[in-house]
Amino acid sequence: MPPTDTEPGSPTADPRVCEAPGVRFEKVVKRFGSTTVLRELDFTVAPGERVTLIGPSGSGKTTILRLLMTLERPDGGLIWVGDDTLWHMERGGGRVPANQKHLHEMRKRIGMVFQQFNLFPNMNVLRNLTEGPMRVLGLPKDEAVERARGLLDMVGLADRIDAHPSRLSGGQQQRVAIARALAMEPKVLLLDEVTSALDPELVVGVQDLLRDIARESDLTLLCVTHEMTFAKDISDRVMMFDQGQIVEEGPPEQIFGEPSEQRTRDFLQAVLAS
Amino acid sequence: MEWDWQYSSDVLPDLLRGLRYTLTATLLGYVIAVTLGLVWALLRRTPNVVVAQAVRWATEFIRCTPLIPQLFFVYYVLPAWGLTIGSLTAGIITLGVHYSTYTAEVYRAGIADVPRGQWEAATALNLPRSRVWLDVILPQAVRRVIPTLGNYLIAMFKDSPLLLVINVTELLNTAYREGAESLRFLEPITMVGLLFVLISVPASIFVRRLEKRYAAH
Repeated sequence: MPPTDTEPGSPTADPRVCEAPGVRFEKVVKRFGSTTVLRELDFTVAPGERVTLIGPSGSGKTTILRLLMTLERPDGGLIWVGDDTLWHMERGGGRVPANQKHLHEMRKRIGMVFQQFNLFPNMNVLRNLTEGPMRVLGLPKDEAVERARGLLDMVGLADRIDAHPSRLSGGQQQRVAIARALAMEPKVLLLDEVTSALDPELVVGVQDLLRDIARESDLTLLCVTHEMTFAKDISDRVMMFDQGQIVEEGPPEQIFGEPSEQRTRDFLQAVLAS
Repeated sequence: MEWDWQYSSDVLPDLLRGLRYTLTATLLGYVIAVTLGLVWALLRRTPNVVVAQAVRWATEFIRCTPLIPQLFFVYYVLPAWGLTIGSLTAGIITLGVHYSTYTAEVYRAGIADVPRGQWEAATALNLPRSRVWLDVILPQAVRRVIPTLGNYLIAMFKDSPLLLVINVTELLNTAYREGAESLRFLEPITMVGLLFVLISVPASIFVRRLEKRYAAH
C-alpha cells in the first residue's frame, strides 16, 4: 500500500500485527452506459479492518465489492490491495492495464460471498469446497478434503458433506458458500448482502457464523448489508453511501446512534421502517 | 395389389443389411455432430473476433443450405480437388457436419442458460479458464441440452435416407433397388416405413423420459 495520508476521518491502522492487506480506492470511476455509479471515489480500509457499506440501492456499494472481486472493470482511478494495484501492473516505471496473470495473482488475496450463494449445483458440498484449493492453490486431494472437513465443522454442516446444493436450505447453502470462500484462505473477504435472499428464520444462523469469523480472524472485511444490528456487531466502521459518494462515515455507534447527515438519518429511518 | 408375404420375407434380409448402413451412418454422423457442434459453440465464444465471426458465418451458411447439395458437393465436387472419399464416409461426414451446425446452436443456448452467478463464483474462486469451462459451465450446460440433443439423433436418423442420392446402400436405397428389380414396390417401401417407426418410436419415448429427468433440475 502506498503511504496513506491520514485525512480527517480516515481510520488509523490497527496496531496489532496483521497479515491482511488493506484496501484503497483512489479516484475510482465506474460507469454503466451513461450512468456514472462511482465518481472519483476515494476511501481506505486499513489492514484487518472491518467495514460495512450502507446506503440506498444504486448507491454503488455492491459495485465497490464487484470491482474488488474483478467482476467489473473500473473506468478510471486505482484500486490498491496491499501494496499492489488490482487492475494495473508496473511496467518500465509506468502502469499498464493488468493482464490475466496479474489478476489471477491478485485474486488470491480476495474472497467473496454472494447474495445468491452461487454454489456449483453440479458438485456436492465437498467438491464445492475442494475445487478451488485443488485447482487453484494446487493442494493435494487429502489436504483439500481435510481443510473442507474443518470448515464444514466450523459452519455446522459436517453431516451434509456429500449432499448436493439443491438438497440444502438457503441458510445451509450460504454457510457452505462462506466455507467455500474461506477454503481459499483469502486475506480480504467481501460479503455482498449475504442474508438478503434468506428466509427470516435462517438469517440468524448465518449472521452468528459471520460474527464468529469476524471476531476470530484477522481478515480485512468489506460488508454490504441492510441488517443494521448485524452491521453494528461486526464492523469497526460504517460508511454511508449515496450516489457513488461517501456521505458520512464513522464507528457504528456514531452512525447508527447520532448520524450527522440528514441523508443518513432518512436512510436509517427507511430501513428501520421496512 | 395384394401383399406378398413370400416376397416380403425374401427381401427382409437385404433390408436389414441396408438398415445396418442407415444406423451406422446415423450413429457415426451423430458422434461428429455432437462433438463438432460443441467445438463451434466454444469457438464462437473465443475473444478472437475473427475466429468467432468466421465460425458464425460458416455454420450459418451450412445450416441454411439443404443437405442434398451438400452431399453432392462432398461426394462429386471434392474429388475434382483430389479429395476422393467413399460414399458411406462422405455421407457420414456430411450428415455429421450438417447437424453440427444445429447442435452448435443447442450448446450455445445451453451455455447462455447457465446463470451469471456461476461465472462470477468461478471468478471469485480464481479458477483458471479451462476449469471454469470443464468443471462448472459445461457440466451444467450439457445437462440442460441432453433432451434436445436426443431429438437431433432422431432427426438425423430420419434424414439418413437422403444418403441414397450419393449411392449409399442404406435402407431406402436397398428397398428401391429391390422394387426396381422385381417391379414390386409395395412390400419393400412399406417395410422401410415400418422399420423406421420401429426404431423412431421407442427412441422418442426414451428422449421424452430424458426430458422429464433433466427438467426436474
